[in-house]
Amino acid sequence: MKLAWRKFVNVVMLSLTGLCALVAVSVLFFILGYLVYHGGRDVNWDFFTKLPKPVGEAGGGMANAIVGSGKLLLLAALFGIPIGLIGGVYLAEFGGRAVPFVVRYTADLLNGVPSIVIGIFAYALAVMPVHHFSTLAGGFALGVMMIPIVLRSTEEFLHAVPRSMREGAMALGASKWRTITSVVLPAASRGIMTAALLALARVAGETAPLLFTAFGNRFWSPGWSQPIASLPVMIFTYAVGPYDDWHRQAWAAGLVLLGLVLVTNIVVRTVLSRGASPQRS
Amino acid sequence: MDTVIKPPVPTGSSQAAVEAPLRMQIRNLNFYYGKIHALHGVNLHVSANRVTALIGPSGCGKSTLLRTFNRMHETVRGTRLQGEILLDGEDIFAQDVTHLRRRIGMVFQRPNPFPKSIFENIAYGLHINGMAGHRGRTSEAVEQSLRRAALWDEVKDQLHKSAYALSGGQQQRLCIARALAVDPEVLLLDEPCSALDPVNTAKIEELLFHLKQNCTLVIVTHNMQQAARVSDATAFMLNGDLIEFSPTPQLFTTPSDPRTEAYITGRFG
Repeated sequence: MKLAWRKFVNVVMLSLTGLCALVAVSVLFFILGYLVYHGGRDVNWDFFTKLPKPVGEAGGGMANAIVGSGKLLLLAALFGIPIGLIGGVYLAEFGGRAVPFVVRYTADLLNGVPSIVIGIFAYALAVMPVHHFSTLAGGFALGVMMIPIVLRSTEEFLHAVPRSMREGAMALGASKWRTITSVVLPAASRGIMTAALLALARVAGETAPLLFTAFGNRFWSPGWSQPIASLPVMIFTYAVGPYDDWHRQAWAAGLVLLGLVLVTNIVVRTVLSRGASPQRS
Repeated sequence: MDTVIKPPVPTGSSQAAVEAPLRMQIRNLNFYYGKIHALHGVNLHVSANRVTALIGPSGCGKSTLLRTFNRMHETVRGTRLQGEILLDGEDIFAQDVTHLRRRIGMVFQRPNPFPKSIFENIAYGLHINGMAGHRGRTSEAVEQSLRRAALWDEVKDQLHKSAYALSGGQQQRLCIARALAVDPEVLLLDEPCSALDPVNTAKIEELLFHLKQNCTLVIVTHNMQQAARVSDATAFMLNGDLIEFSPTPQLFTTPSDPRTEAYITGRFG
């Protein structure tokens, strides 16, 4: 009797864990399926090549938002990756005990700062002084969000490079800096690149930091100092708008954004797993 | 002073019969890891074109001693050293460390090739020491180093493959070739065979025999048979003290210190 009960509890709990795991996984497929169902029809050639049509006219696309997202991410990468990378090298290779602890802790806190707060910060720093929204301000906000992710993963990948490899270089007469640039960083490069691309894919979907930095634009945004459209902000604007074809296009934009992020993720992870174990013995 | 220092005496083998000049002298060396006193007043000398072996149980300080010879201990935080180490009569601490490590190469316990091609691994030392010259000269130097390390015939057709494609024994010979490429006067080997099987160990031991014609070798080993096979002089260490330093045949047949005898007859360690 007692044994039967224990077996019963075992089966129930086991099924419960399996069920929860299934739910967790199926959320992604549910979202993907829902986006395809609602937005699939509107992902067409026009969507990638045309500007948004004025209100009331059917058709049009989001070419400006796709290019805009690209420009914003380029700026974010140029700003966030070098700072995160070089800071990560400092954390892993130089510094005593106290300073890296403070830097690491601060980076983890920054990583937890809500993205809307990052947006306000970028607004105060890059929009208020010049009195207008700009691509630069948006790229800056996204770049700030990338710094802690790149920094911490650079540090981790550098720590994973065995000490024996550094000693090998230093025993040949290489200085510490030379050792880092010629042996340690190349050994960790694949991991660091992966982390940087994943960080980029992560901020690609951010809306809040862009709302009052890049703002949005229904036309092309030449140069770097104008407001600029981006996919996440476009989705937000269109989804809360009152028109049916706006809603459909918002779904389509969501599908395109998720598709881009997914593809980046999968490609990057495949590349990483291929180079995961360089050490043979 | 409880340290016994004797110059290597003629041992019968034709090479050892000729008195060799001193390449390195270690005088009254004390070494500390933080508050731990790891080496107690070590005195030792290394003869040119000889193999000097450092033996002793784990933790006796033999690797620590070896790592002071090319100042690798300086890469570990919290270490302190007192005493004198001379290379060809010059204080090694008065020299530029980069230059010193070019003159005193090192091979480690586990093979540690760089994640680069076989060719780039060998050429690395030439590049960082500004010895690369034009490409033809580099290729020549790479081939020569691989030949000296008895690896050339096995890798000559795959120089641009990753060094990780090699077996453990080949990787260790690659590391020896990498160290030889910058033409060091002294080569330090820190238990170079401990991660290798007997076949590869035999290859490396044979290699050492050839290498000492142009180079001075110091080898740390916990394998007494290996020390007996490859070395001309052997130093026995225990708990940070250098107990005995004698020509190898003498140390293994008629040790002068009872602790050496206890160790080599297997009573401890």
